[in-house]
Order: sequence, then C-alpha cells, then structure tokens
Amino acid sequence: MTLRDHAIRYGFIVLLFGLVAYFAIAADGFVSPQSAVFIFQSVAITGVLALGVTATLVVGGFDLSIGSVATSAMMAAAYVMVVLEQNALVAVVVCLLIGAIVGLINGWLIVYMRVPDLLATLGMMFLLVGLQRIPTEGRSIATGMTMPDGSVANGKFSDAFLALGRHRFDFFIPNLIPVSVVVLLVLAVLIWFFLEYTRFGRMMYAVGSNERAAELAGAPVKAYKIWAYVISGVFASISGILLAARLGRGDIASGNNLLLDAVAAALIGYAVLGAAKPNAFGTAVGALFVGILLQGLTMMNAPYYTQDFVKGVVLVVALVFTFALSGRGRR
Amino acid sequence: MVGNAVFRAEGLRKSFGQNEVLGGVSLELHAGEVTVLMGANGAGKSTLVKIISGVYERGDGTMGLAGQAFAPNTPAEAIRAGVVTVHQNINDGVVADLDVATNLTLDRLSGSGAPFLFNPARVRRQAKAVADRMGLAIDLKARVSDLSLADRQMVAIARALAHQPKVLILDEPTSSLSSAEADRLFALIDRLREQGVAILYISHRMSDIRRLADRIVSMRDGIISGVFDKKPLDYEGAVNAMLGRKIHLDQIVVRDSADIVLKIDGLRIAQGAKPISLTLGDGEVVAITGLVGVGKTALAETLFGVRKPVAGTMVLNGKPYAPGSTGEAIAAGVFLVAKDRGENGIVGGFNIQENISLPFHKRMSRFAVLRRRLERITARQQIEELGIVCRSEKDEMSALSGGNQQKVMVARWMAQDAGLFILDEPFQGVDISARRDIAAKLRASANGRATLLFVTELDEALETADRILVMSEQTIVGEHRNADVDLDRLLAEVAGGPLHSAA
Repeated sequence: MTLRDHAIRYGFIVLLFGLVAYFAIAADGFVSPQSAVFIFQSVAITGVLALGVTATLVVGGFDLSIGSVATSAMMAAAYVMVVLEQNALVAVVVCLLIGAIVGLINGWLIVYMRVPDLLATLGMMFLLVGLQRIPTEGRSIATGMTMPDGSVANGKFSDAFLALGRHRFDFFIPNLIPVSVVVLLVLAVLIWFFLEYTRFGRMMYAVGSNERAAELAGAPVKAYKIWAYVISGVFASISGILLAARLGRGDIASGNNLLLDAVAAALIGYAVLGAAKPNAFGTAVGALFVGILLQGLTMMNAPYYTQDFVKGVVLVVALVFTFALSGRGRR
Repeated sequence: MVGNAVFRAEGLRKSFGQNEVLGGVSLELHAGEVTVLMGANGAGKSTLVKIISGVYERGDGTMGLAGQAFAPNTPAEAIRAGVVTVHQNINDGVVADLDVATNLTLDRLSGSGAPFLFNPARVRRQAKAVADRMGLAIDLKARVSDLSLADRQMVAIARALAHQPKVLILDEPTSSLSSAEADRLFALIDRLREQGVAILYISHRMSDIRRLADRIVSMRDGIISGVFDKKPLDYEGAVNAMLGRKIHLDQIVVRDSADIVLKIDGLRIAQGAKPISLTLGDGEVVAITGLVGVGKTALAETLFGVRKPVAGTMVLNGKPYAPGSTGEAIAAGVFLVAKDRGENGIVGGFNIQENISLPFHKRMSRFAVLRRRLERITARQQIEELGIVCRSEKDEMSALSGGNQQKVMVARWMAQDAGLFILDEPFQGVDISARRDIAAKLRASANGRATLLFVTELDEALETADRILVMSEQTIVGEHRNADVDLDRLLAEVAGGPLHSAA
C-alpha cells in the first residue's frame, strides 16, 4: 500500500482521533464519561436516521423523506397519547406503522411508478410536512391544548413513553447512559451486521452496484429496493419516537435539521476506512464525528450559528476524500 | 461505377494500449455508391468509423478526401471537411426536449460566427431550408420527444446533410427501426446516392445489405478481409470473410446424446416470429449461431426467465418449464452467463470472491448469514479450475484482464451443478488463450447437463460445439452436426436466403 492508500484508508479515523486529542487539551472537561455520553445522546436521533438512509444508499437510492417521517412520527405519538388518550405501546406501534407504510409507498413510487428516488422522496417529504399539521390545524400538541372543535385534550404523555427519552441506565456510574444511546448502539450493530454479514445485505450492495447483474443472478431486485425504503422509514420513525420522548410534546417547529444532519453523517461515512460506498460503520462514525466536533466547539464557546458551517465543511472534505482521492467514484 | 474514390484511407492503424484494434486498414469510398461495411463485434468497425469521423486520433496511415489530405482532429473538423457521421444511437443525434427546427440547426448555435442571440424566426427559416432540401415533411414546431424513432433519425440525418457532405457514414441506422420506417430511410439513401454522396453503411442486417449495397467490405480482427464489388454481389462470400474460418483448428471429438434434457416445442420469442423447436441432450454442447440482431439473446433470455415467450412450451428433465423470473430459472437448474459482462455480469463494487458467490447466496449461508469461509473456498476452487490469473480471490474485478473477467463470470455459474448451462457470447472481448481455456472447460465438464452457447463468430461454434444450429430472423433455420460441416450451406443459412429477406 502506498502512502496515498494509507491516507485514504485511515485519514478520516486519524482526523477523528486528532480532533479528540485537540479538544482534550483545549477544552476543560471534554474527557469525561458525562461528556462522552452527551455526545452520543446528541447524535442519537440523527444517527438512527442516518443508519436508515444508509440502507437506501446501499441499493443505489436516496431517501429525502426521513426527516419528515421522524417529525410525523413525533406528532403522531403526541396525538395518540394526548388527544386519543392511548398508552405508550399504542403510540410506538402507530409510529412504526407510519414509518413502514411511508417506506412502502416510497418504494412503490420508485420501483413501480418509476419516479426517480430523489423526486419521489422529495414529494413524500412535502406531503408529510403538510399532513402532520392537518389534525391539529397547525398547532403543536401538548396536554391541555384546545382542539379545533373547541374541546380540550386531556391526555398526557405516558411515563413509560417519556422514559424512552429520560431514563438513564447505570453503567459504572449511576444514571449514565440514556435509552436513546442504547437504541442507537443496538440499531447500529443490527444494521451493520445485516448489511455486512447476511445474504440480504450482500445482495442489496449488488443491487446498488449493478442492478442488471443482480437481477440476472436471480435476485428479486424490486423487492430489495422496496425493503430498503421500508428499513429507512422504520428507522426514521424510531428516531421520531426518541424525539417525541425527549421533547415530551408534539412540537411543530422541531426537527428542521434532521434530514441534512443525517444525510451528512451517511455521506461522511463513505470516507471512513476508504470504503467509498455507503456502510453502517462509516455512518455511525460520521455521526459521531459531527457530534464530537460540535460538542468540542461548544465547550470552547464557539457560537451556535457556526455549527451548520462546520458540518458543511466536514461533509465537503469527506466527499473529496471519497471521490477524488480514492478514485472509485469515477467508475 | 465511378473510377475515382472520393475518400481514400491507406494503412490505418490504431492500438489501445497493448491491444491493436486496427492493423492497417485501407478503404475507398466512391461518389454515388453505397459501400456496406460488415464485421462482427470487435472487428474494428466502430474504431474505423471513429477515426474517419475525427473522434479518435489515428495511430498510423493516411486519409485523403477529394484528392486532399484529410486529418481531422475533432468531429467538428471532419464535418466541416465534408465527412458526416450518423451514429447508431438515434437519441445521441438529437436533443429530445427541443423542437425540430432547433434540432435541424443545432450546430449553428455554437462555433465562431454564431450570433449571440437566439432568434426563433431565423432558426425556423434556416431549418425550413434544410428540411426542404431533404424533402423532409415533419412539423418544424414539433418537439423531438414526440416524434417516432424514424423521424428522429431523419432529423439527425437532415442536420448532418445540411453541410452538403461528400461522405456520409451511417452506423447501424436501422437497428431500432420497423421495416416500414427502414423503407423510408432506404428511399432517402437512394436519393442521396443519386446526388452523388459517397455512403458508408454499417449493418448486420442482411435484408438491408441486399437492398442497398453497391459494394461490400468485410472486416475481421482489425483488417479488411474481403472486398466484393462484382455484380451480382457475393453475399455468402462477404459473410464468410467476416465470420468464416481463419485457420483450421483441431477438430473436436463430436458427441451425440441420447438423454434429452430440454425439449422446446413451438416456441415463439417475438410477435410474428416463426416457432422454434429443438431438443438439447445430456453431455452435449450446442452452439446457436447467427448474425447480430437475429434473436439469439432474446432466446437466451426466454430460456432464463427474463422474458416470456409469445407461444410454445418447454420441458426440462421431463417436467414442464416456464420460468417467471431469473430466480425460478436458477432454482430449476438453468444458469445463464449473460453477454456483455460489464453491463450484465460484473458487480463493480465486489471483488472476485463476492462476484463468484453472487447467484448462490442462499446455498452459501446459514440462517441468512453468509458463510464467508465457504465463499472463499469456492472462489479459490473456481480460480484454480478455470486458471484465473489474479493475486488472490480478494482482487478487484477492475484489476483483471478481459479474459480473466470473463472467466470469473463463467466460474460464477460453474460453482454449482447446472441442468442447462447457457452462455450468451461468452467469448466476446476475450483473448484467444482465455477463449480456449473456457471452451475446453465447458467441454470437459459437459456431462450431466446440456450446454447451450450463443455465438456470432462461426469459429467459436466450430471450436466448441457438438452441434451447430443457425438462427435467422428469430427462428432456427438450420442444423449441423459438427463433423464435416457443409460450410457453404451454413453460411447461406446465416446470410439468409432471399426467402427470408423481409426484415
């Protein structure tokens, strides 16, 4: 391997460690279990989204609707508990169903209606952004709110549901690890194992690389593509559940940045270990990278409005790593 | 016949890396004559055309146009000098979202002296002049995307002819036209011939060639292998020069088979096609040969469940066989090595090992988890069996030569036992030694299955098959046992007698 190969392969990991080392020296209290957990917690929601969109990237697609699926799931959870006065389980099931159904519709649009993936999911994004506002006429959902028909919604977020956002597991230190971080880690391992080690994951990569060859090797290409969007939709709805549990209400204004952050994490993942392709490990590292960077900068008192700029710079650098340096993008 | 050539090329050579594609080609084109250029895939036709039209730089040799030296560096220069090319893919020649008038004058929008502003009235005026000269009766305001393929092609040709070329090159212009549409094109070509344009017409369709040719030039392996200009034209001779035997290769020991593996009855692969009936036996290697576009790939894909037949039945090992998908075909033991490995075979993101295991993931996994050790063992075994030259089973496919890539494609399907093993153009873009390796391997492992090859080049069929079937116009027109083959009859069948001439 030449120096260049090493740079491509380990460049991003080295950068990550360099960043951690820098913040450890420059920012007080950066190296602590609490700080680490905080970073994980800050990337949990976008991380889960990014892992889902990775599945669609693997089959050569793209899912722009993930952000709005997440906020729709959040609004649905709030509506189910606050207005319909149902329990946490019902809320979770409804959210997951929404994710799966949106994924199915996305897949159907792309595979059978032949709408290009970006356009189909863009349309779905718009549709959901509007749809989630209709039941409450554009208002956020919280206990005691007045409904359009004048009645008052008396339900409340169940404690079990809120625990998803607020409970912390003991891990050497009491009350250390939030549920959302556990969910992120479990899902990351699951999707990583699925994509790397099962025959379904392998065939999804084949579909993304050469659809025709995959079909001639006997793969039901259409089904694989649709499943990828269902995975993406379900992951997005899970992150919506986490968002709702963290906020404790159905906030109409939240979740604006979810899509861009998640897509950035997945694309940064291309550069990790020189993979030059979507991969679950890279996506997780990408999400973490952004989280560490923002946490470090925040602790060094960088103003909040510089965050998006920093994320953008990281993304562009990662894309240069992937496409220009490794040369695999040219194929 | 006109004595002086308008266009003359002498000793053209071209190499891509180590690979010599043109080995000294000399060609003359005469005014008012249609010269047909025939050649199998990889013979060097398109390279020759690209050199003449200024896309490629020539390696060696000279070209002259109307008595002057001709050495275009860009397609634009070639067009200005009077050599105009209409490429095979019709949609490359037109901009679908613009109207006919703009398309007809597209090349006047750029270049020195082109006006800065787009003036619709001027464009329409110029376009009308172009259309009138061609006798083109198409609404100039129509959008090209609303036109039929034939009309789009007429537009592309009309624009090309606006430069009043001396030489017009048409690269397989009828490959996506219906016969009625083709007739319109032929009428146009007749008119151009009368106007004294020298036309180079590249085609595989014998019916086109019979209709148009004044001369036939056959190419093979980068050289001109025959020029036919005596009337009546010797069509079989031209096909022979393009496909026939170069050298007398080792005769193979022909096997006959008694056990029927596949029986096809009355299979029609396209609307209006004549039915196909054939049987394939255990241990037998059968080659189906025929020119490009006669339905070989369609038949292969029908057998493999990619497309559905119009009519007819198939029986595989005594059971009715009607695959609805490639997955069903594979489950029934029918494997296909598809043609054009870059397009249909190689998964670029995968290494050799992953490419080999692709169709048999299910058989290579436990609870859906791939058994990588088994995958690796299988890949190593296949690399050994077929003599694939590589550093390890983890090599990228792009690191392999064409012949070795093709071996991987064959190895992919030989890793499991087939009932019917189909290979569509398995020797395309494959060097001679890899071709021999693959052929030998196919014959050595032939017992226990039926092997069906689709090849355009006769040599490949004669080298590998026990039986040779000839395909023409989407049906089987001849059968030969590969011992003392009557080559004249075979070539006549490939060339398609006048009986079959309707396109």
